[in-house]
Amino acid sequence: MARANSTFLDTMRAAESFNASACMNCGVCTAVCPMGIDILPRQLFRYVIIGIEEKVLEKQETIFSCLMCKMCEQNCPADVKIAENVRTLRGYINRHVYRLSRN
Amino acid sequence: MTLPTKHVLGILVDNLMKRKSVFKLSSRKATRWAKGLNIQRGGRTVIYTGHMYQLIPSISALASRMSYFEDSWITSFFGLGRFANKFINLAPLMARSDSAEVEYYNNILRNIAQLLQAASVDFGYLYEDEMYSGALVHDEGVDDAFIRHAHRVFELFKRNGVSSVITVDPHTTNMLRSVYPKYIEGYKLQVRSYLEVLAESNVEPGPVFRDLDVTIHDSCVYARYEDIVNEPRELLRKAGATISEPEYTGKLTHCCGGPIESFFPGKAQTIAENRIEQLAATGGHIVAMCPICLVNLKHAARNKNIEIKDISEYLVEAYSGESKPVERAVS
Repeated sequence: MARANSTFLDTMRAAESFNASACMNCGVCTAVCPMGIDILPRQLFRYVIIGIEEKVLEKQETIFSCLMCKMCEQNCPADVKIAENVRTLRGYINRHVYRLSRN
Repeated sequence: MTLPTKHVLGILVDNLMKRKSVFKLSSRKATRWAKGLNIQRGGRTVIYTGHMYQLIPSISALASRMSYFEDSWITSFFGLGRFANKFINLAPLMARSDSAEVEYYNNILRNIAQLLQAASVDFGYLYEDEMYSGALVHDEGVDDAFIRHAHRVFELFKRNGVSSVITVDPHTTNMLRSVYPKYIEGYKLQVRSYLEVLAESNVEPGPVFRDLDVTIHDSCVYARYEDIVNEPRELLRKAGATISEPEYTGKLTHCCGGPIESFFPGKAQTIAENRIEQLAATGGHIVAMCPICLVNLKHAARNKNIEIKDISEYLVEAYSGESKPVERAVS
């Protein structure tokens, strides 16, 4: 069973660039995604909000497959900044998994 | 096994920090397009290429090579490649750009400069001092490297007394206009795409297109990030072209797949093929306005006898007074 990771949760809560609280799980983002990504963004964002780091990290390829084209954002009825949220997740992986960041 | 994102991204970040670009170009390659155009060095207003069009032939050659590596045993050695790349710039050794492609993309920049000259816009160029904007590293979320690079670019503008920049592609426009201000205190720079500058100018077309039907592929970044949708249409319509809109267009444009080309070439190709089908269904001449869209769509269409042109190729025929023989253009 997946467990919440408090460090991950605290890090993502502190990240001003991540905000998915307005997401109401309507699924428009998934329906319009040109990549056909089924987990992004709503399911993935839910894992972030409840701190299930391992589920997020299982989806690294998906996170880096996002085109950042904002088709989802353009159609989002809740005005969630989806592309910036995805970019923030990439930043987390870059720092904590790939060790790419220098600070 | 797909290309290892960690190492591919690591190489791009190392290059940006050490060589000031994700893919280092020689000064000669970066500035050759401007030869003979008599563009002054520096000035308060400058054209800023961000090396995007100049990089395409090299990236295209490298991406082609990488697509062979995708799913091969060679991906296991990317970590070693990243280590070696810290000392030797490996990219030019891995793939050689095609000289005809280099000339083609340089010509697009020449078109743009000639269009600005035809519109009597007073602008200079920073020549070999110009740098890549860091867009790819920003989009991949490596903020510390990106911020350091953004400061270098802004210092370049300050050092040269630049207050206004005319950009030639959507990604550099977005970085300089909307992203840099988030990270640089006191950032002050007027940033406009050449399409906006031309649309605002009083430039009039010379030869007017008759019987030219174009299908516009909007760039996601121009349309959704920067709200540049009407300007290309106004310029083409004023020149006499008829515009056909594909199924997904304007603010609802469909991505070309290019943003993930470096990491997932196979997926990028599939997206581009889908987009080509949508565009070709209109029957018009396909027009792109972003170097990444242009190269991706061209690659996806290469076996389908479908031609894709940069918007500047049509605009220069209509507005710059150049008397090149043009398809379907009559005076």
